[in-house]
Amino acid sequence: MKILFDRIDEPGLNTLAVYERRGGYQGLRKALALAPEQVLEEISKSGLRGRGGAGFPTGRKASFLPKGNMSKYLVCNADESEPGTFKDREIMQKNPHLLIEGIAIATWAAQINRAFIYIRGEYGLQADILEAAIAEAERAGYVGENVCGSGHSFSLVLHRGAGAYICGEETGLLDSLEGKRGNPRLKPPFPAIEGLYGGPTLINNVETLATLPYVIRVGGEQYAKLGVPNSSGTKVVSVSGDVRRPGNYEIELGIPSREIIYGLAGGPPEGREVKLWFPGGSSAPVLRREDLDLPYDFDTLAKAGSMLGSGAIIVVDDSHTVLEVMHKLVKFYAHESCGKCVPCREGTRWTLRMVERILSGLATPMDLEIMASVQDEIIGNCLCVLGDAMAMPVGSMIAKFRSELEAEIEAARASAEFEQLRSADEPPLALTAP
Amino acid sequence: MSATRRFVVPRFGHGSRVPGWDEAVSLDKPPAEIPDPALTPVPEQLRAEIEAAMARYPDRHSAAIPALHAAQRVHGYLSHEAIAQVACVMRVTPAYLTSVATFYDMFSTTPKPTHDVFVCTNITCSLRGADRFFEAMRRAADGEDIAVRSFECLGACDIAPMASVDGTYVGPLSDEDAEQIVADIKAGRSVLEHKQLRYRRCADPGVGQEPTGLKEQPK
Repeated sequence: MKILFDRIDEPGLNTLAVYERRGGYQGLRKALALAPEQVLEEISKSGLRGRGGAGFPTGRKASFLPKGNMSKYLVCNADESEPGTFKDREIMQKNPHLLIEGIAIATWAAQINRAFIYIRGEYGLQADILEAAIAEAERAGYVGENVCGSGHSFSLVLHRGAGAYICGEETGLLDSLEGKRGNPRLKPPFPAIEGLYGGPTLINNVETLATLPYVIRVGGEQYAKLGVPNSSGTKVVSVSGDVRRPGNYEIELGIPSREIIYGLAGGPPEGREVKLWFPGGSSAPVLRREDLDLPYDFDTLAKAGSMLGSGAIIVVDDSHTVLEVMHKLVKFYAHESCGKCVPCREGTRWTLRMVERILSGLATPMDLEIMASVQDEIIGNCLCVLGDAMAMPVGSMIAKFRSELEAEIEAARASAEFEQLRSADEPPLALTAP
Repeated sequence: MSATRRFVVPRFGHGSRVPGWDEAVSLDKPPAEIPDPALTPVPEQLRAEIEAAMARYPDRHSAAIPALHAAQRVHGYLSHEAIAQVACVMRVTPAYLTSVATFYDMFSTTPKPTHDVFVCTNITCSLRGADRFFEAMRRAADGEDIAVRSFECLGACDIAPMASVDGTYVGPLSDEDAEQIVADIKAGRSVLEHKQLRYRRCADPGVGQEPTGLKEQPK
């Protein structure tokens, strides 16, 4: 069942002519013929949950916006920076009008007149294609004044970012869009009440908005028949890492994870086994080979101690060490921490230093205890979830691969002492922290 | 990497772990104010771009990032002059723009080569050999007008290990591709055409099948 990826490689799909021939913008016309409350009702009935990472019910989020005549904003979060995630890239590059139509429907449902797409600066090609598509849609009357003669008007501005993972966090994105450093804000107040420029703001992921045209065309009830209870519909999953066929795959929620990793993506190369895998981007707690048969849906993965997140599966096979994966992860979060709050700013940097201590041969198994307790102190105590995004996978790796990490610690100590003996004229290694 | 290779902790001035803390700052000069248009000549093209950007938003400050992108294209990097020009057109202080510019990875406030090769060295690309390719790329671009940087996840893990060459995504890359990338940049050719992301088909085998059953013709 392909909804977002239906014949996505058709040449010219990014142009209005082909998109309209395929039935494009019918969803928008149908939505405009309904009252805004009815459109919200359909979205709620569909059970659609946010596809960006948090999985919050889309209909409920849209209903939080206050009614009435005031400046309200829609922001499409196209800052896709979660490591392992590249699903929105394919949607925007090959079917930009699908996203534009979804945005138009959302602005009608929530009675919004100003919409922005915040796309990451590195997606230059996709941004250019979107810009051209927006211009086409404006000329055809799907965006702008009096959309399709309905009386509804909205503007759509494409805003390019400049390279910051934290700008994918909704309030970090808002600050960045307002022209500041991308520091997240304290919630509450939530963006639906006080968001962009202080006004009520609806923020949704690209994939969430791109699903709306289909939901309106077939109706919410029909959409809810796909997937499993509480995780309805399809999801585009980005599979990468040690697999034979990395790429984006649109799947029905609830199928076994093994079917995605082995069936679609081909599994690890010949002779190698899965050591660990991230079900929802690098911010998800890791799972092991035993968990491969878990159904891929929001609730099952949450119950298993992880999360579906952005739907990015990263597979690590047994040719890699857990330590190198941990090192890469921690380096990334330490770099991307915005610096606003203490547990994240200090916690990421100190965790990085602890990993480097292990690599330098200075650590003992007690360092793992300290690292695990630091992760516990970060979780739930930061202004936003970037701190948690590091602490949860790192905590899960320490918990699930402790013996391997202890072996790495010993091996590093042995090789460091050997080097020390070998290079006698170098100053001795200090056995305390550098 | 394995633990048998000696890991060296990166350090900066005075053995510090923090870069830039010891950069000289003048405490005598008063803070810079919004630049005077009479004293700040701005190229017409740049001014037009910035003003167009400001017009798109309800608040002109939102144009900070688009304006800085434009200024970096014109000046090569965000020098004091470039920032002063943007500040003059936007009617903000240079400090405000510098605080924004130093936050984002794509902006450079120090002089840099003309061409950019961002090699992703994040988790997935690293699993597929990005660190080795990064070293190969640095060696190949040594002495050229090309800045080779390790970058965070660029959103192209399906072509790992990959790089963004002046904005064009190419991958999967092998060490030999480094030389070809340098050659293509120098010749002004489209870089590694056969490995560009833009031509890549969707990996999902089901995309070419029957449509979802919805009417094709608009009502």
